[in-house]
Amino acid sequence: MEFFLVSLLNGVSYGMLLFMLSSGLTLIFGMMGVLNFAHASFYMLGAYFAYAVGSQLGFWPALLMVPFLVGLIGAGVERFGLRQVHRFGPVAELLFTFGLAFMIEELVHLAWGRSAVDYPIPADLDFTLFTLFNTGFPAYRGFMMLVSAGMMVGVWLVLTRTRIGLVIQAALTHPEMAESLGHDVPRVFMLVFGGGCALAGLAGVIGGNAFVTEPGMAAAVGSIVFVIVVVGGLGSLEGALLASLLIGVLQTFSVASEWKPLALLGGGVSSGVLAQAAGLKLSQMAPILPYLLMVAVLIVRPKGLLGTRED
Amino acid sequence: MNAPAIELKGVTKSFGATEIIRGVDLAVQRGERHAVIGPNGAGKSTLFHLISARITVSAGDIRLNGESVVGLAPHQISRRGLSRSFQITNVFPRLSAFDNLRCSLLWRGGHGHSFWRRLAGLDSVNERASEVIEDIGLAARAAVPAGMLSYAEQRALEIGMTVAAGAEVILLDEPTAGMSRSETGAAIDLIRKLSDGRTLLMVEHDMDVVFGLADRISVLVRGAVIATGTPEEIRANPAVQEAYLGKAHA
Amino acid sequence: MHATTQSRHWIWIAVAAGMLLLPLGLGSDFALSVCTKIFIAIVFALSYNLLLGQGGMLSFGHAVYSGLGGYFAIHALAAIGAGSLSFPVTLLPLIGGLAGLAFGLLFGYVSTGRAGTPFAMISLGLGELVAASVLMLPAFFGGEAGVAANRVTGSGLFGIDYGSQREVYYLVAAWTLACAALMYWLTHTPFGRMANAVRDNAERVGFIGYSTHLLRYQVLVVSATFAGVAGGLAAINNEIVSVEAVGAHASGAVLLMVFIGGAGHFLGPVIGAVVVTLLQTVVSSYTHAWLFYFGLLFLVMVLFAPGGFASLLATLLPTLCSRRQLRLLAPGYLIGLGGLALLLLATVIGVEAGYHIAGHGMGATFRLFGRSFDSGALPALAVAAAALLGGILIWRYALDRTADARAVLGTQELMHGRPHAAGNAKAEHA
Repeated sequence: MEFFLVSLLNGVSYGMLLFMLSSGLTLIFGMMGVLNFAHASFYMLGAYFAYAVGSQLGFWPALLMVPFLVGLIGAGVERFGLRQVHRFGPVAELLFTFGLAFMIEELVHLAWGRSAVDYPIPADLDFTLFTLFNTGFPAYRGFMMLVSAGMMVGVWLVLTRTRIGLVIQAALTHPEMAESLGHDVPRVFMLVFGGGCALAGLAGVIGGNAFVTEPGMAAAVGSIVFVIVVVGGLGSLEGALLASLLIGVLQTFSVASEWKPLALLGGGVSSGVLAQAAGLKLSQMAPILPYLLMVAVLIVRPKGLLGTRED
Repeated sequence: MNAPAIELKGVTKSFGATEIIRGVDLAVQRGERHAVIGPNGAGKSTLFHLISARITVSAGDIRLNGESVVGLAPHQISRRGLSRSFQITNVFPRLSAFDNLRCSLLWRGGHGHSFWRRLAGLDSVNERASEVIEDIGLAARAAVPAGMLSYAEQRALEIGMTVAAGAEVILLDEPTAGMSRSETGAAIDLIRKLSDGRTLLMVEHDMDVVFGLADRISVLVRGAVIATGTPEEIRANPAVQEAYLGKAHA
Repeated sequence: MHATTQSRHWIWIAVAAGMLLLPLGLGSDFALSVCTKIFIAIVFALSYNLLLGQGGMLSFGHAVYSGLGGYFAIHALAAIGAGSLSFPVTLLPLIGGLAGLAFGLLFGYVSTGRAGTPFAMISLGLGELVAASVLMLPAFFGGEAGVAANRVTGSGLFGIDYGSQREVYYLVAAWTLACAALMYWLTHTPFGRMANAVRDNAERVGFIGYSTHLLRYQVLVVSATFAGVAGGLAAINNEIVSVEAVGAHASGAVLLMVFIGGAGHFLGPVIGAVVVTLLQTVVSSYTHAWLFYFGLLFLVMVLFAPGGFASLLATLLPTLCSRRQLRLLAPGYLIGLGGLALLLLATVIGVEAGYHIAGHGMGATFRLFGRSFDSGALPALAVAAAALLGGILIWRYALDRTADARAVLGTQELMHGRPHAAGNAKAEHA
């Protein structure tokens, strides 16, 4: 019971962090039809910038400044890069973001080296929030959940209650119409792209110290975020939320599990590949579970769990 | 007894709460040239999409040569001898005009997924494609990528692709849309020649084309057929006159 | 590429002859090894272009097929060496191809339901799945260290035991030629043409009697088979296969190769394979920043030449063949080339300096083109800045000059009544 509750809490907090990332990706995809390959790279930039700024000015100033900085970079990328490539079609846009992800990783290597950096949890949040059956629940996890929830509510409010949010929603499905009504749709695109990147940066600020901050983090998280977007259904925010929580919980539970799901394969074999596969514990298989889930969903429900937009 | 080439019984299509096609009954006999006319938004293209399985029916039955085709995929219906054109030109833009025609000939020519024979060596396919490209007047533009042809040329190619393989049942969706008077005249002759002996179901707005080609006409208004008959019967039908034709052809 | 059948045959013969005679011109084993790697990359890139350029499917996980093909090939090689399998090493890539075929059949079924972005994402997920699974089953895949085998398995036919790099070169060259010829053949068959049709208009394909899913599935399977052959060739050449062979970097590299070379032409992947392999082998030995250049090149191509080098050449070729056009346009092009060279110089100095500063701190010296530069001092920065400025100015001048020349050319053509085709139409891109 204890294991269950603690893992559930951890899984949900991880899932919410994943949602912070995948929601930005979904918004950008929903509006511009571009799957931003470099999205996780902005997550990485957020973490590294927070590390750099935080070591000079402290965690809280970093929390305020870095997402804005990352968003600015994202807006610049849209204005000077993506917009130029738009006329070549969606494949070229995807490839541009792919190249961008590549370059950002190289720049990070250049600036901060190839090994992990010590981006610490701020001291004032480094305590046990409450104890559940003898296991402490870290306050920082609670803080992460708070920020994620706050972000979700904030984005929802902006999209549905503000004027700019309405324009964004209109431009989401009918950009030409919105433009002919006098709205500066290219600027809206730039805002949305920058906003999505800012969200990714924010996720990096609060996630980089809870998990590891290293140059490979973009690639590691990036593929999972893409799986989430495919499983949840391309273009669906609700689907992204569902899939994020599902995968967050799945991964957290499986990492601690000793169950051997492929035991039946073993049969009478004592050595070789089959025996090895049979002997694999769920905790060892944890890295591939999101991908297995993706394949399963694709076979059963190709559009994703709550998918709306086919592309 | 000879089953009709195309038969629709009680075909209904709804998108959400909106009923676009409301219980359509239609029968097109083999070898007949049948035109479907109606005001904009009546659902004519939707009807075509239903017959060719681009979209699925909500209710009702569609039969091709007596056999129900509801639930089949487009390629399965195509293989049963039905070929259709599109209102918005739907060619293969990066292939040459000639290749567009060749591709539409491959399946029925029995070449399926053949990867052991060169395209250039398929004599029957190449001959037929040459014939058709002459007929549609694009022989001089055979090597041009289809995406770079003019609008009227693309419409002609569209028609060519639809009839080239010799399907028994041909669906033409507004084949002369956007064409000038002279181009339309040429198109009428072409369609008459290429559909000789076959069953033709056609959606058209141009009354010259309709009355020049059709053996029988059905009038579709707001998703339902309000009249079916010979051109004379339709011309004289008061409900049709009221709903659609107006004074120009009365 | 409307060459007549005759001239096309000559081209193939010339290429074969070139491949045959190349080792005589190259001195070292290292150069031969680089060429061998280039050939293997060509097969891999051509297989990828069957998927992308011919079939219109962008995949981020193609290395899965070549890598798995390599693993099966190297196990077979080890078995041959141990005597438990009797199979000629010369035909070993066939085993790689069969493995590629098998996994293409398996994975292709779930991934080819859709194309475009969903297909790309699925291929990414499958790639990660396979790469992670490889590490989980060291019994077959050898874990981080990989699986190794000796390609010399005793004396073969005519004493060829593949002990020397030269023998491996010829083996790989023969396979490369065969695969390239086969893939070229495919593009002229009904199957190849229908693959193009699916790329152009997937929906219409159904209405002329073909199942879109089945066609895409077949394209993937064929592409995976050839990728498996490339993996088998790599297994022979490197005598080791490890998890990098199925990893995201390998998948990304082949994508970059095909894109930089140009997905819209048959020769595009060949060009890309040459360029990228040279970057990976030769340039990497000169500078740490080669990955950065790689990424930069890619981004520049996406922004300015999405059709790749092949499309650039295709627009240039008519100009090179016409004396009149050459006379008018050459000065502008040459000046533009000079401007580009200056920009390249500026980039190289800037990047090298940046990498050196990052690695060793300000003020350290670094070597470039055989001369020492003090990275912090004025001369290096000044040269870089001057080259940058000069390059931009010269490039813009060249653009103006070329535009003027084209206008003159256009007027001439009009007066002489001939159609103007000298590269003014937007280059066709993938």
